[in-house]
Amino acid sequence: MNAMISVRHLARIYRMGEVEVRALQGVSFDIQRGEFVAIMGPSGSGKSTLMNLIGCLDTPTSGHYRLDGLPIERLDPALLAAVRNKKIGFVFQQFHLLARKTALENVALPLAYRGGVPRAEQLERAAVALERVGLGHRKDHRPWELAGGQQQRVAIARALVTNPALLLADEPTGALDTRTSAELMELLSELNQSGMTIVLVTHEHDIARYARRILELRDGLLIHDTAEERHDRN
Amino acid sequence: MIETEQSNPVYPDLAPIENDAPLPDDVLAGLRNYGIAWSDIFRFALASVRNHPLRSALTTLGVMIGVAAVVALIAIGRGTQVSITSMITANGANLLTVRSGASNQGGVVGAVGQGQSLTLKDARALADPMRVPDAAAVSPEFYGNAQIVAGAGNMEVRVIGVEPEYALVHNTSVVQGEFISDNDVRSLAGIVVLGANVAETLFPEGDAVGQRVRLGGQHVQVVGVLEKKGGSGFSSVDDSVLVPLSTAQRRLFNGRAISGGSFLVSVIVVQARSAEAMAATQEAVATVLREEHKLPLDGSGDDFSIINQADILATVTRTTQMLTLFLAAIAAISLLVGGIGIMNIMLVSVRERTREIGLRKALGAREQDILTQFLLEALMLSGIGGLIGLALGTVIALAVGQFGGLSTHLSLDAALLALGFSLAVGLFFGIAPARSAARLDPVVALHYE
Repeated sequence: MNAMISVRHLARIYRMGEVEVRALQGVSFDIQRGEFVAIMGPSGSGKSTLMNLIGCLDTPTSGHYRLDGLPIERLDPALLAAVRNKKIGFVFQQFHLLARKTALENVALPLAYRGGVPRAEQLERAAVALERVGLGHRKDHRPWELAGGQQQRVAIARALVTNPALLLADEPTGALDTRTSAELMELLSELNQSGMTIVLVTHEHDIARYARRILELRDGLLIHDTAEERHDRN
Repeated sequence: MIETEQSNPVYPDLAPIENDAPLPDDVLAGLRNYGIAWSDIFRFALASVRNHPLRSALTTLGVMIGVAAVVALIAIGRGTQVSITSMITANGANLLTVRSGASNQGGVVGAVGQGQSLTLKDARALADPMRVPDAAAVSPEFYGNAQIVAGAGNMEVRVIGVEPEYALVHNTSVVQGEFISDNDVRSLAGIVVLGANVAETLFPEGDAVGQRVRLGGQHVQVVGVLEKKGGSGFSSVDDSVLVPLSTAQRRLFNGRAISGGSFLVSVIVVQARSAEAMAATQEAVATVLREEHKLPLDGSGDDFSIINQADILATVTRTTQMLTLFLAAIAAISLLVGGIGIMNIMLVSVRERTREIGLRKALGAREQDILTQFLLEALMLSGIGGLIGLALGTVIALAVGQFGGLSTHLSLDAALLALGFSLAVGLFFGIAPARSAARLDPVVALHYE
């Protein structure tokens, strides 16, 4: 199995008392290494649910999910934590930086949870990751001393510091203005060109345009895949 | 697996996934070789405590006060025990005090202390090493009250008729002049040894020795002044005067026995050779007195009673220990309240930090990592509170000992107990908030507003 992500008949049903919410009703797709995929859809389409499943933050009600060959639905919570740390870099709409820690400390955080990385090496690798997103000169700043775009770059550095197999970005530009959004998407494109697999969840077409493939969800189903069009043309 | 083939119009020709393939061992081992180092988790916990100084200070306050109260109250309780014990032993150690008990004459049993059954003859019998082998010394004493007049000054004092053994048994000596000698006793000498307070009152210049005073109407000469014993609770010897036993019995008071031609004594104090010999000596003293008084040897007709100093000490120790325990228990309740304070503030803190917890989980924190971090925070808060409380309690105990008129006694075991208890409180009351933090669903926590 060569795909970075293989999803088959993935379904997620929430039970709220008597009511059953079928957030995801069975979707199947593959994402290969090095792809830059945007998941689109209106709110309630199931894209957040899919994002949480791909990010191993949630487990499917049924179906199969292979991430880099790992059978995710068969792993216990402690192992899922390890998978999140080792395989996935998260970028969130709200940045989610720890307010009282410096940029460097924020970026080093995932390495602490991995274990086996001495503190000095954690900070060294965090510094390298900050250089990579162009914030080498902001290491000792705290989040509130940085502009929104810079905060999101710190978050991207935090996602990159573990050398993940997959970068998972959930509405990464949702809290940014248009110009900063464009700069940030350029950064993601660059990362993709250097080989990083990126999955992006967004509802903005302008943002989705940076991706090379778009999966469109509606009512918990996959209704469109731009890869299919290329497939048809061939 | 749900049948949803028709619901997935895109990519109908995807390769199926076999679910029953075993997990590759090397991959699993790689995932299991995972976990945050203690140093990092400790650093996170410490940062949380330090980043909220006011909240941390308020949280530790309850435990601090509780530990301070425990330490101070135990110190006061133990100090009381020590001071009462030293009061009792100040007038000599390993003492048996024989008093006239219920008289038993012609079948009429009088109240304790009313009869006057003890005589000098009894004291001589008890001093016989063949009959009471473990008695180190025997001091027969005669008590009375009289007015002492020296020039313009006069005061009512307790007069104690004694023999030279008194100084030995009661571990006392004169600071000026001489003590009463055997010769003084033999000759019914008209002399007096003043207690420290009496000497101070009557002769503030300190020139008591050699002066002539009137005691109960008799002219006597001061030959010595006793050392100061301090307040010993029960009528202090500092406020008494000592005269030769014979002088008290025959010149100052009427101490002639009703029958037998001997003279009465108020008490006979017997000093045992050692604490271990107390019980045997008490037994021997009782037997000798029954023989002397011709009483049944089973003790049924005893006209005397024996007060064992060891029994009093044991009772006092038991009583003050219970008092200490009682005080400590009250203080422990405040420590418990402090623990509830920790739990409350940490529960609030967990809610405040929900998004942070969600983020930590997304970045790879396991339930046990979050649990450990929050438990460590609780332990740090209670531990810091315990240490400060220990210092505070020590200061309070010292201050009370210095200025409060109560004696205090600090002890290491009480300090360690209070500190250990505060950590236990932190652990116990930290568990609920730590568990609620650890169990947060990362998806919900990340989007918590």
